[in-house]
Order: sequence, then structure tokens, then C-alpha cells
Amino acid sequence: MTHDVAIVAFAQTDHRRRSDDLSEVEMLMPVLHEVLAHTGLKTGDIGFTCSGSSDYLAGRAFSFTMALDGVGAWPPISESHVEMDGAWALYEAWVKILTGEADTALVYSYGKSSPGQVRDVLTRQLDPYYLAPLWPDSVALAALQAQALIDAGSVDEPELAAVAARNRDDARTNPHAQLSGSVPQGEYIVQPLRAGDCSPIGDGAAAVILAAGDRARDLCERPAWIRGMDHRIEAHSLGVRDLTDSPSTRLAAQRAGVFERPVDTAELHAPFSSQEVVLRRALDLDDSVRVNPSGGALAANPVMATGLVRLGEAAARIHRGESDRALAHATSGPCLQQNLVAVLEGEDRA
Amino acid sequence: MPELLSAPLVVEFPFTRSLGPVQSAFLTGLRERTVLGVRTEDGRVLVPPVEYDPVTAEEIRDLVEVGSCGTVTTWAWNPAPRRGQPLSEPFAWVLVRLDGADTSLLHALDAPGPEAVRTGMRVRVRWAGERTGAITDIACFEPYDGEPEVHGTEHDGQFDDAVTGIVAPARLDYVYSPGRAQTAHIAALADHRTVGERCPSCHKVYVPPRGACPTCGVATTDRVEVGPRGTVTTYCIVNIKAKNLDIEVPYVYAHIALDGADLALHGRIAGMPYDQVRMGLRVEPVWKPGGRHPDHYRPTGEPDADYDTYKELL
Ligand SMILES: [Zn+2]
Repeated sequence: MTHDVAIVAFAQTDHRRRSDDLSEVEMLMPVLHEVLAHTGLKTGDIGFTCSGSSDYLAGRAFSFTMALDGVGAWPPISESHVEMDGAWALYEAWVKILTGEADTALVYSYGKSSPGQVRDVLTRQLDPYYLAPLWPDSVALAALQAQALIDAGSVDEPELAAVAARNRDDARTNPHAQLSGSVPQGEYIVQPLRAGDCSPIGDGAAAVILAAGDRARDLCERPAWIRGMDHRIEAHSLGVRDLTDSPSTRLAAQRAGVFERPVDTAELHAPFSSQEVVLRRALDLDDSVRVNPSGGALAANPVMATGLVRLGEAAARIHRGESDRALAHATSGPCLQQNLVAVLEGEDRA
Repeated sequence: MPELLSAPLVVEFPFTRSLGPVQSAFLTGLRERTVLGVRTEDGRVLVPPVEYDPVTAEEIRDLVEVGSCGTVTTWAWNPAPRRGQPLSEPFAWVLVRLDGADTSLLHALDAPGPEAVRTGMRVRVRWAGERTGAITDIACFEPYDGEPEVHGTEHDGQFDDAVTGIVAPARLDYVYSPGRAQTAHIAALADHRTVGERCPSCHKVYVPPRGACPTCGVATTDRVEVGPRGTVTTYCIVNIKAKNLDIEVPYVYAHIALDGADLALHGRIAGMPYDQVRMGLRVEPVWKPGGRHPDHYRPTGEPDADYDTYKELL
């Protein structure tokens, strides 16, 4: 049998440049308490817990086991972890509920980029034979993609600046954002990307609660029903791909049912302004769709939580009655290598 | 609240990786100034080569020699090179489609400035002086306006003394901050005191504290001084000497429940024959001058603790 599954609660930290005063679990715990408080659930009521994070960010092995202290893992709980953005942890939790093995799930993720150099850290996810020995950092790879878009005539630098400005302008109503309002485009970090085209570096965490069927209706006035979700990956070699396109996003969207009816909101995980251009085209989003009302990754980029925040922000908009059908997207890897797309819907209001 | 602690943390690892037949031929070829691609079933030539077709997942093995000159398919100007990158002066990142190839290779282009770089420009490989069979055998590309050569001849991939593995060294630098709870613990150790934190919900005292009660999932806040004496709850005898460790074997490594703590910490037991250490033994810390932790624990001479007093802490 199939189960209707919804996001019923969402919480996130205020995303900050540094949080030296907090260990990972200390940063995460208030978010866990907040998301549980939204539903009245306690740890013992949760059927399945799944988290996303990466040891490379803080340079600590098995750091997710420490973060588990914030959940309250005794008596023993059913738990899993992905060494990825929490959006993929949410996917695992969704599957767990679809199988009928749980009817509620807690999903959380966190990342502290401040202890290390995130541009260097992300090089370690690259192919170790041909790419990683050259240390091409995350901005450099995104800049190659941006130049490919410019060469193709899809965008120019002023249009990229406008994408960045629109996201940060929208972030003014997001109290959790790290960067909002008017932010200077600044110097080139790697040409053609300027500082303003790049997401800020910071620390943060997020959590959501999923529930099935009537349980969701009990826990939330207007659940954000997950109507479809899919994730796809492209060839790892950048030189094999057409960097101006994202076929994996389009295929995931198709499988998730995005193109069946128009969406009114899209939360896109685009850490660089140029990547929003690629995603809008892959998803056929026109100006009728509200893109990143939260400010998106250009306003706050807690690596490993940024994708989960997109799902949470899209869901929260449905909870508040500001959206009826929203798309949420998460990415991982260089130049939009892996992409997850979900469709969330609120039921008709009386 | 003591001032927040922080310290440099360096994570370094030399990943040793074996190569498959195609990668081995490609990297050995670079050592010999020969660039090899691999042909897919539909006739495309992939450079750098892979062992499985990215479209069909079919195993592919047909090697093809391609040119050391090529065309830039996209680029990005890097004004501030970072550690480990191919050039230390500002350079362009480029994807280059080598003559005879259908896909592009990522590398660096040595050029005087961004105005000297454009998509479609012709470039050629600058070989590293000393080549070992690695992608860095290509030092970088350089602008080149010579005639394109025709390439695409079959190659058997055979070289003398083939490279079969690479060592990919990695180093990441961090500044580690232990957070509020552990900072307080470490600061107290400087005064030879051991401080834990109590859970406001279940009242257990954790030492060393990590800021959260793993049972209740809430912040531990009340600071509690524990010890200095404690009880051995369990132990093992170490018979193998660890590298760089100046302790004679055998020695005893134990879990020690400090008085007032609800969690045992780890410590070495000394000051008595190793084979007389036992559960329930009462011990106290021994500090060495300048030590940041107790060097070891020694017997206090008190009668052993009753099993019931520490059985919950095992
Ligand atoms: Zn407790």
C-alpha cells in the first residue's frame, strides 16, 4: 500500500559566518527542540531518524555520532545517516515511511564551514585521479560553468548580478539569513564570478519532521504533502557534460511530477547565481513562479543543510498558506552534479 | 566562562590508489609525453579516459592517441591561486578538447591575464620537467597558434614500466574550537581539576562533557567538579607498543569512574604491577609538570569499591 507523506514541521538556525562558541551538537540541539515543539512530539514518538553531514567540513571523524547526543538516542532509536546534504536524508526517511516501517520521521542536517577552508574541502569530493590533484576549488568549477553559459549567450554578468541581488533582497524577510539586502557584487573571486555571485560561507543546521496520512493532519494544520521526489546524477567527468544544461534536474523533476501542473513556488539550491540560470531553464520556470522567496543559498549556505533548508522553506510556505504547489530542489557535487527534486502540495483550503 | 579555546588542526592523508588498465595507460602515457583517450562504442573519444562508457556503462578499453594541442571549450580566470593548484601566479582554469578528442580535460592555462584567454583559443600541453605518471605531469597548458595535427590513431597502451598506482596526498587545515562545554572542561584541567556537566533532566553528570545529554537530548548546563579519586570499572592489558608512544608494555588501560561522575573516562593505570589491576580498584590522578591531562592514575590504597557502587557505569 502507498502512504501519503508530508513535511509537518521545519526549523533552522540563524546562519552565521562562525559559531566557534558552539560544538556541532550545541549548534544543532535548539533546532531539534524547536522542530519537535512544533508538533508536540518527543524523541520517543519518532519512528525513524535520519541525518546528513560531512566529516570533512569540521575535520572530525564520525562527527555525526556526537551530534546524535542532541537527539536523545536512549532508549535505542531507529537511526541512519547520509554523508550528504540532509535533503538526501529526507529522501531516505520518505522511503522508510513509504515502506510502512515508520509513520513519523525526524530529519536533520548541519554543517560548520568555519573551521576549515570550504573551497579546499570541497575539492576532496572530486575524482581523485584526474581532478583532485589539481585542487580546483568549488568557485573555480562554478566559474567554468558560468563562462560556458556566457559563451552560449544564456546570460551576461549584469544578469548574474541581478539574480544575486533579487535573492538577497528577498532574504530581507528571512530572519535566519546570513546575507540580505544590498550586497556589493565585489571583486572577481574566479572570473566571471564575483563575490556577490557566490553563496556566503557559514555555519548552520536545519530539521524537519515527516509524517504519514492522518498522523500528518494531527500534527500540522496544513501539511506539505510530498507528491513526488526523485534524484539523479550525471557523469562525474566535467568535460563529458554540457555545463550549460542540467539533464539530471530535468529528469528528476519529470519523475517527481513537476511538469504535470504548474508550481507557484520554487526553492532552488543554487550556491552560485549562474546555477540558478541553469536550474530555471532545466525546470522550465517562468516569471510566474516565485523563485527562492527565502533568499536561497545566496543568502545562507550551511553546507550539508542548504538542500534540506530548501525543502523546509518550501514546506513552510505551504504550512503558512502562501503556496499551494511548490517545487524544492537540492544539489550536491561540482557544477550541479547531483540533483534532487520534490513536489510539495497543500490541500485545498475551505 | 573561560575564553573560548581554539587550536590549529591539520588533517593530512596520502591516499594510495590502484589504477585500472585504462587509467594506468593514460597516466603512464603522460609520463612518456603521450596523451591517450578511450573510444566508446559509438565512436566518441573520451579524454581523460574512463573504463566504463558514461552513457551506456559498457566496459571500454580501445585506446587512441590524441594530440597534445587542443581548443579551450570554457575557461575561468583565477586571480588568487590556492595551495596545491598547478600554478602559483594568476592563471586560467580551462577545459581543453585535445585534437582528436570529443570531450574536455580540466587543467590550468598559463596566460598573462584574462584578456589573453577566450573560448575557442588554441593551446598546447606544457610538460612537467619531472614526470611520474600523474595528471600533474601536465604542468599546464600554454597558448599555441601552430597548425592542428591529425590524431586518432589506435594505441596499444603498452609502455615499459607501467604506472599501476598513484599516491594522492591531501592536506586540509582547520582551526578547531571545542565549543562551550569542552572549553570549560579543558580550562579546568589546567588547574588540575576535572569538571563535568549535569543533565537538568536525568541529573547524570557527564565527564568529559560534550554539551548534551545523549539520553535526554538536552543541553547539560550545571557545571560539577568531580574526582579527583575514582574507581576502575573495567580495564585491558596492552601488550603492543604503539608508534611514538614512550610507555613500556605491558601496561593497563582502564575505564575510571571519577567520584561524582556518571560516566567512566579513559586512563592509564600505573604505580602497581599490571597484573594486579582489578575492577573496583580505587585510583587517583598523577599529574606531570606541564601536563594537560593526568599522566596516569595510581592506587589510593583505599579498600576496593563495592561492585554495586559502580555497576551502572560499566
Ligand atoms: Zn539526561
